[in-house]
Amino acid sequence: MISFVARRLLMAIPVLLGILFVTFTLARVLPGDPCRAALGERATATICDAFIQRTGLDKPILVQFYRYLGDVAQGNLGDSFRFGRPATVILIERLPVTVELALCALLFAIIVGVPLGIVSAYKHNTTVDVATMVGANAGVSMPVFWLGLMLAYLFAVLLKGTPLWLPPSGRLTSGIELPSLIEVWHLQVQGVPLAILTFVSHMNILNSLLTGNWATLWDAVKHLILPAMALGTIPMCIIARMTRSSLLEVLGLDYIRTARAKGVGEGGIVLRHGMANAMLPVVTIIGLSLGELLGGAVLTETIFGLSGVGLTLYESITARDYTIVQAFTLVIAIGFVIVNLLVDISYAYLDPRIRLS
Amino acid sequence: MQLAEAAPVSVTLTEQAPSSLWRDALRHLFHNRLAIVGMTLLGGLLLVAILAPVIAPYDPNQVLIGVENVKKRAAPCIHVLGCPADQPQHLLGIDGNVRDFFSRVVYGSRVSLFIGFTTVGFAIVIGTVLGALAGYAGGWTDNIVMRFMDVLLAFPALLLAIAIVTVLGPGLTNALLAIGIVSIPSYARVMRASVLSIKEQDFVTADRALGVSSARILFHRILPNALTPLVVRGTLGIATAILDAAALSFLGLGAQPPMAEWGSMLGAERNQVFTAPHLVFFPGVAIMLTVLGFNLLGDGMRDALDPRLNR
Repeated sequence: MISFVARRLLMAIPVLLGILFVTFTLARVLPGDPCRAALGERATATICDAFIQRTGLDKPILVQFYRYLGDVAQGNLGDSFRFGRPATVILIERLPVTVELALCALLFAIIVGVPLGIVSAYKHNTTVDVATMVGANAGVSMPVFWLGLMLAYLFAVLLKGTPLWLPPSGRLTSGIELPSLIEVWHLQVQGVPLAILTFVSHMNILNSLLTGNWATLWDAVKHLILPAMALGTIPMCIIARMTRSSLLEVLGLDYIRTARAKGVGEGGIVLRHGMANAMLPVVTIIGLSLGELLGGAVLTETIFGLSGVGLTLYESITARDYTIVQAFTLVIAIGFVIVNLLVDISYAYLDPRIRLS
Repeated sequence: MQLAEAAPVSVTLTEQAPSSLWRDALRHLFHNRLAIVGMTLLGGLLLVAILAPVIAPYDPNQVLIGVENVKKRAAPCIHVLGCPADQPQHLLGIDGNVRDFFSRVVYGSRVSLFIGFTTVGFAIVIGTVLGALAGYAGGWTDNIVMRFMDVLLAFPALLLAIAIVTVLGPGLTNALLAIGIVSIPSYARVMRASVLSIKEQDFVTADRALGVSSARILFHRILPNALTPLVVRGTLGIATAILDAAALSFLGLGAQPPMAEWGSMLGAERNQVFTAPHLVFFPGVAIMLTVLGFNLLGDGMRDALDPRLNR
């Protein structure tokens, strides 16, 4: 097992280097003038020259790349031209929004998708099965942004005045503010602990849970339901389909017949004996859905006005904020590689044939 | 011990038409209910696209100010559903620029089909060549090509496409190119896997022993045998390409106005979702039905072309 993990880690190194090179190059070939994008159209040539010299944009591209690698290794992702602050600080503020959204969407996808798949497989070829699978196919085919807009219209306009009403945008009702954990707990911290606490503070649900702020918790949850549903629908449908096909395959095996012959109840057969083996491919799909969630986050965040990584990245690309584009793409890609690595390792852990091959 | 003598069995041999993988697959495809739904959807879409000038009552870009007495973003007016007969009929209403929305949705089918086929065509050609090269050559070539594909796969596809379009500049052609580029790795992987399994088979070894050139083995022996997974992947890939292109256009990076493209139509009216929801609803339904058609057909083809499945 250790040699398998070591081999996979080694294989990830060239991919990480490649990612660094791609993000670096991408940010350099973006059209437009970074100086005027950062300092405004009226910036004079003298000001721009000083700016380019200060940020090292006048050096040869290989020198810039070398400097970039060194900076990344030290955790320095550069200063944003647009925000005038380090990219890492902005990342610590914006990433929790996306992480919270993606986790809630994934939770929604698993809680709804897995039972749907189980019911569909157990009721194979019945109306329930056909209806679920047609629904799942339709769900996979929906554009995320359209689903988001339609959900917003349904819950914010059509259901206005009913208990089912949900807010169509934002993270908290205006007027409600969630203080950071550092303020609430009167802490004096610096460096990494400060970064971690700031990160957690920006996850509204976790923050209000930790501080026992129940009214705000409910407000944050209400604001997150629609985006999470919009973002989680496609993974939910994929998980439902995968659970169904995987469980169907397992339910036809001999050991299930043996269990039935021994008098195990139907619930025990499906949940304990069937799902134990059918979960393997489902776990993989759940891991791989995270990539889908990150891509979809750009659209979901745009529609629901959530200032997470997706929206910030999209805005930074259009505003040509090189540093933010680099930093955010890098973090997303590295996160994606780590998730894939974990999926591979968990798969090898669950199925010995893989690590031995 | 004497063996029991078997009674003579008379067998009448009848001549059967030779059966090919593709003919079998087609037969199975027509027995798959969901695949038939998919084909019906796509057949309908193709008809709408071809007959767009006949079906659409107006030119998709014709502004109706001064032509008819209609208001901006007016709701659908259908005479049989009770809309007064003195008002002009607009099945899906009027858009923000006072154009007939139904005509625009109808013409949008042409753009979507074009997007689907061109991007996947591009990605399949490049992906196949790269995958075949990697699989057949092996060694360093394989390593370099596939690690590069891994790097491309390390980015969420839509994010990478957004970044590429930003570099190239917004527009439909660049959006298609971007989606094509981000789809290449999946075809390269499929092709490489097929090549790796086929190149060890006896008929390829025999060819090599007979001195057939590598290019001929690759194009005449391996490629035809590796087509099955590519066709399935391609059909499902069209669905993804249409969704991604719609997303790019929605963000203003793909098709530019006044082109009747479903994603950009949705993007242009997205702030009006609370006041004129029909302008957001119908293009979305059109995208969903198209993508659903390709998904169902793709799934059906995968089942039909997989000989391991019990039928």
